[in-house]
Amino acid sequence: MALLELHSVSVAYGRIQALRDISLTVEEGEIVTLIGANGAGKTTTMKAISGLVPLSQGSIEFDGADISKVRADLRVVRGICQAPEGRGVFPGMTVRENLEMGCYTRRDRKAIAEDFDRVFELFPRLKERATQAGGTLSGGEQQMVAIGRALMARPRLLLLDEPSMGLAPQFIQQIFNIITEINKQGTTVLLVEQNAQQALSRAHRGYVLETGSVTRASTGKDLLADPAVKEAYLGVA
Amino acid sequence: MTSHLALTLAQSGSQWIDFNVGLLAERFWANTVDGLAYGSIYALVALGYTLVYGVLRLINFAHSEVFVVGAFGAYFTFVGLGYKPGPTLASGLGPLIANLVLAGAVAMIAAGLIALLLERVAYRPLRRRNAPRLVFLITAIGASFAIQQGFYLWRGANPEPAIRLVRPEAVFDIAGTRITNIQIVVFVASVVLLIVADRFVGQTRLGRGIRAVAQDPDTAALMGVNKERVIMLTFVIGGALAGAAALFYVMMIPQGVLYNGGFLLGIKAFTAAVLGGIGNLRGALLGGLLLGVVENYGQTLFGGEWRDVVAFVLLIGILMVRPTGILGESLGRARV
Repeated sequence: MALLELHSVSVAYGRIQALRDISLTVEEGEIVTLIGANGAGKTTTMKAISGLVPLSQGSIEFDGADISKVRADLRVVRGICQAPEGRGVFPGMTVRENLEMGCYTRRDRKAIAEDFDRVFELFPRLKERATQAGGTLSGGEQQMVAIGRALMARPRLLLLDEPSMGLAPQFIQQIFNIITEINKQGTTVLLVEQNAQQALSRAHRGYVLETGSVTRASTGKDLLADPAVKEAYLGVA
Repeated sequence: MTSHLALTLAQSGSQWIDFNVGLLAERFWANTVDGLAYGSIYALVALGYTLVYGVLRLINFAHSEVFVVGAFGAYFTFVGLGYKPGPTLASGLGPLIANLVLAGAVAMIAAGLIALLLERVAYRPLRRRNAPRLVFLITAIGASFAIQQGFYLWRGANPEPAIRLVRPEAVFDIAGTRITNIQIVVFVASVVLLIVADRFVGQTRLGRGIRAVAQDPDTAALMGVNKERVIMLTFVIGGALAGAAALFYVMMIPQGVLYNGGFLLGIKAFTAAVLGGIGNLRGALLGGLLLGVVENYGQTLFGGEWRDVVAFVLLIGILMVRPTGILGESLGRARV
């Protein structure tokens, strides 16, 4: 049984069909990546998993239970947490308060303190900036807050939507190293990326989304070697 | 020389309106103290506008009627405790405080519940249907009229006979200014409540939830915040503070309990919220106190009929210079 299973999921915004009959699985312990062009439905898939958009068809199973009708905030309690596209850092909260939002549903103070240490170890920069307002951080720092905040929920499944977007090249490398590290520490990761090269080389498996449908699914390595993927997403003819 | 200048100013001014600088100088401290007491009531009510605006981007125009419910709640508690209109009876300090606290609790609970009811009956169904923002605004105005007219049908057009629990007495003098017991109690209690509210929103987990929904509702949901519960909470807090404000109002103006008694006060409190920066808790406090004091100065300077004019001119003046209010829009902390 996979940790996350999407069964023929469709999502529509009004008359516009954003996702068409998408099925995918994420096994415990994996990094799975979704790649695709702008508007292919990557972010909508993430929103559907987190419960921000309702499904028009299909179902989502998490840890063996159907969560299609579960409210977004309760999916966090079940162990799904997302660092959303555009980072979603609360601009008027300090870095520490932002991280505290990640453990909003948790009461286990001791474990929360441990997770603060863990996040500050992964992102020493955030410790230096703990009392700074989220809105005053650089893009890279905001991405650290977004990922660190999601980790503070101690999720079983971490959803990362475009973590490398808008970052300087040296930051991109660093963010991907950290994602790999988080996965090694035992968190399952579903990663949406436009940086297909990095994403596929780090992921165990990958899915290619095109105009709302899954067109390819394989291991990261195979997709990297796939000529069609190379041409469309890796900028190699 | 200076007194001569003041005199000419007053004389030349008097051709158009009374421009009484001398009287203002004489009553300056009395006006300030009285303005702070009124202003703290504005601030408490303003907080309700600002909290709801912060979370829903909605001006809850029915908030003035939430205040009226609180005023009637306090009044009927007085009646239930056996107080009668007419001269204030001497009573022990202990029972008096207990009775005021009870009336305050009733007012806060009644106002908090009506605010919650309003959100569930009027606004929530609209949110579920993704209604446009204008529909919310019109619904708010409609709810305001409905509650107001409900009170009119029930209690008629006349104010309830005034019940005075506390006789205003000068507690001490500062530079010839008498400060009454009621002014002190109202100001101190209001400021305490405002600080508690500010701490709650700024430093508790639920308060962080409120700020999260105000700053980014979708991401708040991704962090496990139940948006509907946060909305209910903000209405209840705003309502309860309006209820407390209503008790203070009834203490200061015992003849003010009537069906539309919240109208002007609601507008003033809304003005205070915008003045300080709507959505900003400390802005509501600052705006309320400033409005209370300045309109008192204006009243002394130009005469009683100019009181409201001064209040709204102040609003327009500040918005011309700072369109987002004195402290800017935000919930809890400056938005960057």
